[in-house]
Parts: sequence; C-alpha cells; structure tokens
Amino acid sequence: MATGRAFKFGDGVSTDHIIPGRFAHLRSNLPELAKHVMEDADPTFAARVRPGDFIVAGNNFGLGSSREHAPLVIKMAGVRAVLAKSVARIFFRNAINLGLPVLICDTSGIRDGDELDVDLKAGIIRDVSQSNEITFKGLPEVMLGILNEGGLLPYIQKYGKFRL
Amino acid sequence: MVIAKVDLAFVQDATGPLTVRQFQAAGFEHLASNPRIALFLDHAAPSPDRGMSDDQALLRGFGQKTGALISEVGEGVCHQIVAESLAKPGDLIIGADSHTTTAGGLAAFACGMGSTDVAVIMGLGETWLRVPESIRVILTGSFPDGVYAKDLILHLIGLIGADGATYKALEFGGEAVANMTISQRLSVSNMVVEAGAKAGLFPSDETTRKYLSAQGRANDHRPLSPDEDAVYEQTINIDIARLEPTVARPHSVDNVAPAREIKGVPIHQVFIGTCTNGRLDDLAVAAQILRGKRRHPRTRLLVAPASRAVLLEAIRAGYIEAMVEAGAVVLPPGCGPCLGLHQGVLAKGENCLSTANRNFQGRMGSPEAFIYLGSPATAAATAIRGEVTDPREVM
Repeated sequence: MATGRAFKFGDGVSTDHIIPGRFAHLRSNLPELAKHVMEDADPTFAARVRPGDFIVAGNNFGLGSSREHAPLVIKMAGVRAVLAKSVARIFFRNAINLGLPVLICDTSGIRDGDELDVDLKAGIIRDVSQSNEITFKGLPEVMLGILNEGGLLPYIQKYGKFRL
Repeated sequence: MVIAKVDLAFVQDATGPLTVRQFQAAGFEHLASNPRIALFLDHAAPSPDRGMSDDQALLRGFGQKTGALISEVGEGVCHQIVAESLAKPGDLIIGADSHTTTAGGLAAFACGMGSTDVAVIMGLGETWLRVPESIRVILTGSFPDGVYAKDLILHLIGLIGADGATYKALEFGGEAVANMTISQRLSVSNMVVEAGAKAGLFPSDETTRKYLSAQGRANDHRPLSPDEDAVYEQTINIDIARLEPTVARPHSVDNVAPAREIKGVPIHQVFIGTCTNGRLDDLAVAAQILRGKRRHPRTRLLVAPASRAVLLEAIRAGYIEAMVEAGAVVLPPGCGPCLGLHQGVLAKGENCLSTANRNFQGRMGSPEAFIYLGSPATAAATAIRGEVTDPREVM
C-alpha cells in the first residue's frame, strides 16, 4: 500500500479540538460536519488531509466528550490510523468500534510530513522518510477482533454477541 | 475482561441520533429486556435550530416505538435525572455521555461510552469491559468555609493530571466521606473523567439511604463498601481542611491554581449550573453570596438549574429570586451553554468562569475565548466583582 503523510499534533488534543460541540447541530449532516475535522487544533487540516494520511499525536489524544463523531470525522477524512503516545479511554473504544485503527507507540521521533506506512499484522509502523521502524502496542483481543471485522456493527452482525 | 449485563443505558440528544441509526443498521428491532433505556433531551433544550430539532424528533419517535423512557426538554440534565430517579447502588450504568461517571456518587459503576457501544447494549443488553485497576483516594478533615466539593475534585485533577487515572477507577473513602452529601459526591464523581477515569466510586452508606428515601426510592438502597482485602494500585491522601477555593485555568482542567493567585482576571460571563454544580445546594450557596448584591456591569450571569425538581425547589426557597434580583438570567434546566451550542456562546477574546467540568479550547464558542472553572461560590463572587475572586473575600 502507498504511504501516507504524518500530520503531527501535541499532547491533550480533546474531542472539542477534533469536532467542537458548537457543531452538534450538524451531527446528522455528516458531510457538512466532516468539513470541520480538527478545526480548533489546525484550521488547515481539513483542506490538506488526503486519504491514507496519518494523525500523529502525543499523550492523551481524544480526551473529553464521548462523542463518537470525533473518530467518525477523522475516519471520513480518510485517515488511515491515529498514532499516539497514549489515548483517552472513550475515544479509543469509539475509534475501534468504527474500524479506525488507533496505535499506541512512541511518536516523538516522527516529524510532521514524514511518509509513513503501517503493517497492522506485523505491529510495525515504517517511517519511510527516516528509514525507521516503530513498534506499537498490541490491541486487547476483543478490540482486535472488532477492528479485524471493520468495526463493532459488522462484528455483531457476524457473531451476534461479544466474544472474549 | 468481562462481558457484563447492563442495568441502565442512556443517550442524550447530541449522541442519541447516531445510536438510533447504529441500532437500526445493526438489524436490531427491539430493545433488550434487561437494561432500562432512557433518552434525554438536555444538551440543546429547547432546541436552538432545525438540525437539533430534527435530531430530537428522531429520538422521540424511537422512544415511542420502542418504549424507551423519554426525558423531555426542561426535565433536566441526564446525569441529574439519573441520580434523582434511576441509579441504584451496585448498578452497571452505561451512558453515551462522558459524564456518566456522575452516578458513582451513588455507588453505581457508571461509565461513559460512545453511540455505537450504547446501540449494541440496547440490542444485546450487555457489553464488554476491562476490569480497571483502582486508585484509592482517602479523604480526611472537613470543608473550610468557602471550599466545596468542586475545589476538592479540581485539586485532585491538578494533582494527578488530565490522564492521571486513564482506564482506572477512582475510589473515594476515608473519614470525610460520611459527612459528604450526595450532591457533593455527585460533583466529585462527575469530574473523575477529567482525569481519564472510567468510574469514580463512593461507598453506599446511611447518607445514600437517606437520599434515595427522600426520592421515594428507599427500596433501591443497599449498603456497599470496598472489600477488606481490596488491592489498590495507588493511594492518595487528601486533607480537605487544607484545601482552598480552586480554579482551573484555560485550556485544560488540570491547569489549576488557588483562586486568590489569579484574582483580577476580568470575566465577561459567569455560568452557574450543569451536571457538576447545578443542584440545590449549589444554587443555595450562589444565592447566599448574591443576595442583596448586583452582578458587575461587565459580567453576564447565567444560571441553569440541573433539573426541573431543582428549579422548583430553588424557586420555593427564594434562591431564584435572589439571583434574578442580582441580575441573573435563569435558563431552562439542561446543559445550557456548557458545550457551546446555545444560551451563552462566547465571543472571541471573552473570558468565562463556569461551574461546569470542561474548559477545553473552543468548548463554549469561539476557540479564542477562555474558560475558567470553579465552584458556585467562586462563580457568584466573580459575578459581583467582574473578575476572578476568591469567594472568602465576599462571604
């Protein structure tokens, strides 16, 4: 698969940075809502991001609201995976439920604009620009099962219930 | 990891429409029999625009079709209604709202999730959970004048950081707990998610029994306390007697300071209310400080009671009259301006002091506005002076 570019963010990117509450009236109008992805963290992000790119962040990415629209608009932007040093609990669960990979790894060496590739099965992120490999923490079994099916809905449609 | 049956699951008008769509997309036709299901119209109540109106109509239609409980516009904030009439000690409660942790004040394991997780709970009646490690918080001493539960939880979040309890449960104990009201416990449990916690648990004791009895729910009570041999990852001791009025500064909840250290910051809007601090005792404290005084000419004062029951009692007790005489705008019971949708959206360059639980950049309107968080006493004192004020200066 082709590589994607790293869009680098710092620590503590909240769900209000990703998609603020003031756009809640657009939550049933997803194409309009998605135009505001990451707006309060980087107003140029929505215009620049292309399918296959990566969000690369520091600690506690996605803290705050339970709004699933946060990972949803990131997924709609075509982001292949979110890479972060750590991630808030509800965002983590929501992203996996939507089939958006969230990979916990040391992102400190990745530079903004680096070309990245990821091998989910091997657990490796390749920073092609720096000829580096970064390993990421494996997902818990149940989350891996959900991600492998493309999200919670296809998972439930296939198995009919949760399997530990 | 466990798969657990859920006792109560709920959504609100900002997360619920996606839940309904996911429920239908999954192919579910009926609600599972075990959890009580509730739909709350509180985040934009009454609706400020057609988008939200359509979303609320969708939820009403789903409720009528499935038999889920509908909590209408004006009834109040979901977490307050859950505490008043639905949560029981020992319940597993999952809400599509991050502040679902509030019901931990009634010893329920209450935890926020997203729309799709709740859709599947509505259909299956169960969900998967990772059993969290627990952090024990031992509380001693009693609250000094001018210091409240809000100051305690802001202090704790400042101590451990905005990710200090991620994936973990915070368990509150110690001699001070017995003297804490349910309202105070709810305020503390409400904000544990601001340290990343999955749940914030208080024991169920005599205070819990009296609270449930007063709501006509004496049978819902059962005593609950930690096992003697419970293992904690960490223990944190806090002497409440040494706390001061505390404020979280922009743009993160763990950016705390004593109110006295940042006094003088001009404030354009004060907001008293929310699931954190919109209960009767909160309005009582604010009314007591505001009685016979006027808001500062520069400072708009907004008050949103957390529920219709709170509003009614605050009217009967004279709190609303005192606050309106002081220049307050009283908003309908609900989330009010907390999430930046309506009823007090901040302009560029404005500062707000709010009794809510979040001060993230852009949350209440302009990304170039600044939100400070404090107790209802700090908020009322600030409204009088027009700048961040330690409430002990006006009490």
